[in-house]
Amino acid sequence: MSVTSIGKYEFEPLDKVENFHGNQLTYINWEKHLMFCTPVCLPLPAAMPMAALIHDALPGVYSKHPEFEKIKWDEVIWTLDGEDFTPDMDASIGENGFGHKSLLRFWTPGLDGIEGSHA
Amino acid sequence: MVDKKKKKLGIKQRYSMLTRGLGWDTTYQPMDKVFPYDNYEGIHIHDWDGWEDPFRLTMDSYWKFQSEKEKKLYAVIDSFSQNNGHLGITDARYVNAIKLFLAGVSPLEYQASRGFTHVGRQFRGVGPRVACQMQAIDELRHVQTQIHAMSHYNKYFDGLHSGPYQHDRLWFLSVPKSFFDDARSAGPFEFLTSISFSFEYVLTNLLFVPFMSGAAFNGDMATVTFGFSAQSDEARHMTLGLEVIKFMLEQDERNIPIVQRWMDKWFWRGTRLLSLVGMMMDYMLPKRVMSWSEAWEIYFTEAGGALFEDLARYGIKPPKYADIATKEAEHVSHQAWHIFYNYTHAANFHTWTPEKEEMDWLSEKYPDTFDKYYRPRMEHLGKEAKEGRRFYNDTLPMLCQICQIPMGFTEMDDPTTISYRCSEYKGDKYHTCSDGCKDIFDYEPEKYVQAWLPVHQIYQGNCGGAGIEDVLKWYNLNLGVDNLDYENSPDQKLWNEWQAHRKKA
Repeated sequence: MSVTSIGKYEFEPLDKVENFHGNQLTYINWEKHLMFCTPVCLPLPAAMPMAALIHDALPGVYSKHPEFEKIKWDEVIWTLDGEDFTPDMDASIGENGFGHKSLLRFWTPGLDGIEGSHA
Repeated sequence: MVDKKKKKLGIKQRYSMLTRGLGWDTTYQPMDKVFPYDNYEGIHIHDWDGWEDPFRLTMDSYWKFQSEKEKKLYAVIDSFSQNNGHLGITDARYVNAIKLFLAGVSPLEYQASRGFTHVGRQFRGVGPRVACQMQAIDELRHVQTQIHAMSHYNKYFDGLHSGPYQHDRLWFLSVPKSFFDDARSAGPFEFLTSISFSFEYVLTNLLFVPFMSGAAFNGDMATVTFGFSAQSDEARHMTLGLEVIKFMLEQDERNIPIVQRWMDKWFWRGTRLLSLVGMMMDYMLPKRVMSWSEAWEIYFTEAGGALFEDLARYGIKPPKYADIATKEAEHVSHQAWHIFYNYTHAANFHTWTPEKEEMDWLSEKYPDTFDKYYRPRMEHLGKEAKEGRRFYNDTLPMLCQICQIPMGFTEMDDPTTISYRCSEYKGDKYHTCSDGCKDIFDYEPEKYVQAWLPVHQIYQGNCGGAGIEDVLKWYNLNLGVDNLDYENSPDQKLWNEWQAHRKKA
């Protein structure tokens, strides 16, 4: 639908990728671990290696959770923008298909959160 | 004598002279040019005189009535202040509800005043114009009296110093701000549907009653008196809300689907906004009034149900997703509080983990959800805090493009999975937290691609700098004073000193 307006209505989106100084936004969520109340948002360069995202960036986000160090990374289940996804650790996130405002979700089977409450 | 009597007009006549009598059709310029905004939304009006204002309030009686209320209110505020009324509240944690109100709600009164001033100029019908102008003055009075009533707390407690300034900057205040920005940038009929009907008529009891009864239960007489003083205005505003709906629905049947869509949209935006009130009721009041889910049952399910039964004769259905919102009433207050617990280092008020009795109260009020989903995380976080590891979330959250609340709400058929929705528009992705918010985006994407999302603005470098401390300073927060946990806060320290002093005395 088009907007109900008194005249021509065309404006630039506020969050175009060009506005983020060489980064693109990536949303990440560790599913069933709601101690972290929401998915997080990180500005990352598309050239960032996938391995760096997982092994350098994610600990900074999630290591306060008592189960974080128990994660077996080769058993993790991933989706990227709603599709099943197998990360290529040797490629960049851009090459792995991450676009601006992509959503990466991951599940850690066997880890059910604080007292099994998915928190 | 007889002549003099004749000169004096009755209220009805005076109202009629003030409204119909003062209006005229322009002749130098066409009416469409003088009132360019009242027909582009697709609302058809055939007879502006069909507008009925049941209050028929004239200016002279308005001034008289308001000034009497004002005198009473300021007498109470003065005596509250002279008698150190802040010492009589139940606990200093209560003041955090005031901080939330002053930063989140009072600036909305001002936004409402601006909105009603605008539409009070834009309707060609004199009846609605006068009603909107009076409401604009009411709203201005409300923001003033709220600031005056609460300013006493600013002398003793932190986080109350920059409400209006923070309204334009602080991350979570973009939730109420964007709500009103959306309404004020819509046409005049949508504005009235959003604010007068959905907000003032359908949902106001879920905003005002909880805050005012919360104040009464917790010994805050200044705020209670403000509430009484505003109550008669609110009754008038609610009447305006219902009147505008009936007016649109009765004028032309082509208006019905437009009005229905606005009701759906603004009901949903309203429920999202009210999650802030839900957490206030369930977590921030030391002495609780009722639970959020009980309030929802009384004020939405029952009262709203009766209203929509009444509107069914016009072909109006209850708002879309009302069933989801009712299920969510068992969850939202816990989820919203948890969001603020995660990010209270960036807020102008304190959070805390509920004490054991408070958790038991929550278990009793939320038998199907609290123990299963929320108690374990709160107990864990409470234990961590006691051991000196108070948890703060160090990474900025993902926000909903529409309601701008961090994406902490979950699927109602799977309450431990975050609810994600996504739309594509001109090659970019736009994420929303619910079907309700996604529908709003999809109907007018051009409008919402411009949303000022605080997290994205920080990453673009528009909020004071790259470091978290730079951003918090840009928010005008006194670090370590206004923000962080209530435990060990200067507010708590001062309150405990007062209590110790009292015991001695």
